[in-house]
Amino acid sequence: MKYEPILLARIHKPNSHQLEGYRADGGYAAIEQALVDKKPADVIAQVKDAGLRGRGGAGFPTGLKWTFLPKDHPGPIYLCVNADESEPCTYNNRILMEKDPHQVLEGIMLACYAIRSEKAFFYVRYEYGTAYRALEAAIAELYAAGLLGKNIFGSDFHLDIVLHRGAGAYICGEETGLIESLEGKRAWPRIKPPFPAIEGAFRKPTIVNNVETMACVTQIMRRGIDWFKSLGVPPDPKNPRDAGSYGPKLYTIAGHVEKPVCVELPMGVSLRELVEVHGGGVWKGRKAKAVNPGGLSMGFVDVLAPLKGEDGKTEYDIPLDFNGPGKVGCLGLGTAAVTVIDDQTSMVDVLHNVTQFFSHESCGQCTPCREGTGWMLKIMERFRRGLGRREDLDILVDVADRIGIIPGTTICGLSDGAGWPVKTAIRKFRSEFEEAIRKGEPSRYAKPLQMVGAH
Amino acid sequence: MATVYVNDVPVEIGNDRLNCVQAVARAGQFLAHYCYHEALTVVASCRMCMIEMGDLKDGKVTMIPKVFPGCQTPVKDGTVIVTGDYAKRSVGHEPLPYDPKYVPGKLAKKAQADTLEGLLINHPLDCPVCDKAGECKLQDYSFEYGRAESRLIDPKNTPPNKPELSSKITLFTDRCIMCTRCVRFTREISGTAELMVKNRGHHEEIDVFPGRPLENRLAGNVVDLCPVGALGSKDFLYTQRVWYLKNTDGVCSLCSTGCSIHVDTNKEIVYRLRPRHNPAAQGHFMCDDGRWGYHYVNSGERIVRPMMRSDKGLSPVSWYEMLPKLRADLTQAAAAQPSQVVAVLSPFLTAEEAFLWGTFIKGLSPQARLALGPVPVVGEDDSYPKNVHGQPVEPTKFTIRAEKCPNRNGVSSVLKQLQGDVIPFEKIAGETGLSALVFVGGYPNREHLQAAFPPNWKAPAILVVQDLFSSSLTEQARYVLPGTAAFEKEGTFVNHAGLAQVFARAVRPPIEARGELQVAADLLGRKGLVQAAGVRKELAAAVPFFDGLADPPSPQGKRLELTTV
Ligand SMILES: Cc1cc2nc3c(=O)[nH]c(=O)nc-3n(C[C@H](O)[C@H](O)[C@H](O)COP(=O)(O)O)c2cc1C
Ligand code: SF4
Ligand code: SF4
Ligand code: SF4
Ligand code: FES
Repeated sequence: MKYEPILLARIHKPNSHQLEGYRADGGYAAIEQALVDKKPADVIAQVKDAGLRGRGGAGFPTGLKWTFLPKDHPGPIYLCVNADESEPCTYNNRILMEKDPHQVLEGIMLACYAIRSEKAFFYVRYEYGTAYRALEAAIAELYAAGLLGKNIFGSDFHLDIVLHRGAGAYICGEETGLIESLEGKRAWPRIKPPFPAIEGAFRKPTIVNNVETMACVTQIMRRGIDWFKSLGVPPDPKNPRDAGSYGPKLYTIAGHVEKPVCVELPMGVSLRELVEVHGGGVWKGRKAKAVNPGGLSMGFVDVLAPLKGEDGKTEYDIPLDFNGPGKVGCLGLGTAAVTVIDDQTSMVDVLHNVTQFFSHESCGQCTPCREGTGWMLKIMERFRRGLGRREDLDILVDVADRIGIIPGTTICGLSDGAGWPVKTAIRKFRSEFEEAIRKGEPSRYAKPLQMVGAH
Repeated sequence: MATVYVNDVPVEIGNDRLNCVQAVARAGQFLAHYCYHEALTVVASCRMCMIEMGDLKDGKVTMIPKVFPGCQTPVKDGTVIVTGDYAKRSVGHEPLPYDPKYVPGKLAKKAQADTLEGLLINHPLDCPVCDKAGECKLQDYSFEYGRAESRLIDPKNTPPNKPELSSKITLFTDRCIMCTRCVRFTREISGTAELMVKNRGHHEEIDVFPGRPLENRLAGNVVDLCPVGALGSKDFLYTQRVWYLKNTDGVCSLCSTGCSIHVDTNKEIVYRLRPRHNPAAQGHFMCDDGRWGYHYVNSGERIVRPMMRSDKGLSPVSWYEMLPKLRADLTQAAAAQPSQVVAVLSPFLTAEEAFLWGTFIKGLSPQARLALGPVPVVGEDDSYPKNVHGQPVEPTKFTIRAEKCPNRNGVSSVLKQLQGDVIPFEKIAGETGLSALVFVGGYPNREHLQAAFPPNWKAPAILVVQDLFSSSLTEQARYVLPGTAAFEKEGTFVNHAGLAQVFARAVRPPIEARGELQVAADLLGRKGLVQAAGVRKELAAAVPFFDGLADPPSPQGKRLELTTV
């Protein structure tokens, strides 16, 4: 049976971004209702019981995060909406903001009501001009209609939403980097503890949530727990710490596919189905070689590698829920952005591109990340000149293994994300790198970009 | 009592809130670090201080299988810290009951070596021409914890050097390890915020904002804070290899804060001053006026030998010829009009010198008078950090005092004891009937001295001046004696808050000079070389204010009761 999109239900409607249409489709009824018959704690409970996990990358249970705020805090408490969306090939937030901003804004209102916040900061990736303007217009519509500001729907709930244009760096999406950037500083992620829920923006308790998470909140409050839990994958009974992967998810498909697209599906669709069915298959009639299951940071899936214990299946068949990518050595679901690499593409070039991205985006605070990402790039540049050495592979894996919050050597997760694609590429496609070393041929592609002067 | 374990050694920490760097130090061990500094906020970014951590509970140790930055990680009762040095730990402590599969220190050791490998990736390793070599933490830790061989074969980044960063400080950009201590110093201690980080990732550089060079009166501290040779003092640059320097504990004499300092010398020449951490005095830092204000000792214009006036003007004379004449003149004057004999003791003298000179003068006649020399005051006390408007903000972290001398308190206490009150210099300067004036100075800046005299001041018949530089005073003197600088003597200064600090001699005075203490002893008819420590004992016995100094005080100094001053 074909799945009917919920989060993306309105995006093809004319003027889907306007308040009038959104209200005509039942918009803002959930918040209006909640203000009448729900206490903030009830909203938290509903989100928590629905099993919503954050869509920003880490998959942290949203309702649980909200309960980390200090009890009976005199305020202010802030919500930061993370729309920095800079993970390569990820564009689901953008679609929501451009095409259905009110669905997100209603989620923000519900979340703020739940966490007793009267101010939300909407941090929008600098490059997202269209999204920014759509949100600007939508927020203006809300103020004009009296749905933002004081005494919303005649209740004693007040809310202001401050739109903030980002500083143009990947690291601005890391939640404490975002907060620093919002405060007007370099987006250098903070050391934790204290976590933002205790001390965040402007030293006040702060919740950071992703745009898609906010849209899910709207739908959970509108359609209820049962609807949300009817979609997705229940917790793995063998893993007591698994919180399950419920609800719909926006998958973005990009790279070497016929039809790059953002699709909404229940959590747990297989990688193969996503690419072959929803993405129209690999382009130019070629075959897939490697796939990023959730943005570059998550590492690579080897399309042909057999899946252990599952006869006839390969890594291509993993389900894209919060647990699936981990089963094949990837970091996690990440942003559920699927990037396909076809069998004509050299992994040396791919990895060069990857290391270039992370060394450019490392904020540079932590020695292991700053120097590690730079070193990996230099090695890959040399590979592209045909001068790779066998020992470089060991160095790359060593460096990739040792940087990150998982080994404990850095402040934020960017460096885990910088290491994962490197080590998965080399571990899974080692023979291709060895072949490149043997042949010693330079890459067919252009010289690397000059990025020294970038901010 | 809370107990933590450092490489199996139990340490009682009481109720202290410590991080792992501090806890390891409590255990008498050392945890290498770069970005952490006691006076600055914790950023935990260099990742040199990596440790392994766990808990000892009910006789069971649970270690967490990853590394932690020790500077950011607080300890509590039962915390188990294992450092990369575990294998080097002192034997004699039973190993804690670790899981048999756990290899203590393995992860931490690798993490530290990895960090160092990272730091060297873009480091030029130009140690042979680097001022920091010999006291460089990158050298030291690489030697101690690093890998012997480099695995890097690719070209290093070569960002441009920045000699225009500041008039006093230069930046060797490629040597920087991005610990951001310098940046935090200008934001948190001076508050002037000139420094910043620009670019990203491995292209990051320390820089200043366009048109806003690093110019503030505390700026020199960033050179000391820099663990490597990136920030260099232009004053010291390429003058000495640090391993030739002799370090002597000193006290800065250029304002009444009295910063504890290291005086770095070679072959009797002062090359560099650095702050010596002393919470009782100034803390970790010193000001640039003091830091770079030592050049007067090396000045070619100093008075370097005794001189006496005859018809032909001032001419050199030997001490053994001069001192009897000088004493005879003073004795005669004191016999004739005792109260018209005055000695002016400057606030640059040590307490010992003031005491011995005072004793000599009062020995000529109890009516002979002692006055406190001119106390130079320039502007107002200057406190840091500053806000964006240049206004000081609380809590104060450093104060440069307007009183530009080190020992008004010490000399005043001596005077008070010897004659009951302190006669200010202004009073003496206004008197006309003096028969003899002994001016024991030591003013590094002759302008401060000359400013204190009325323009048409007329010297008495007998004027004795012991000072560093010639001035309008020496022009009229019958006897001119070379003075000694604070670096050239041992003694005690009492700072604005009553902290008495005893310091050692760092360099010898000019070869023909005799220190103020020695001249006083000679005039008193004492035989041989005088010892400051002996005079200090006399002082402690004679002046109750100083009785705390009877036993040699600690390098931190001793706080004296100021109420008697
Ligand atoms: C380097 C880095 C970049 C990130 N970028 C984003 C981003 O662009 N958008 C986002 O929502 N979360 C991003 N995150 C995750 C956030 O730190 C945070 O976990 C998330 O915003 C929380 O929202 P959620 O709970 O709704 O998922 C990033 C994390 C890291 C380490
Ligand atoms: S891990 Fe990398 S990006 Fe994250 S704070 Fe450290 S240096 Fe910055
Ligand atoms: S900073 Fe240290 S390691 Fe670097 S060149 Fe100078 S002495 Fe050598
Ligand atoms: S210049 Fe020195 S103090 Fe400043 S960040 Fe670099 S290494 Fe650290
Ligand atoms: S000293 Fe701890 S991370 Fe730098």
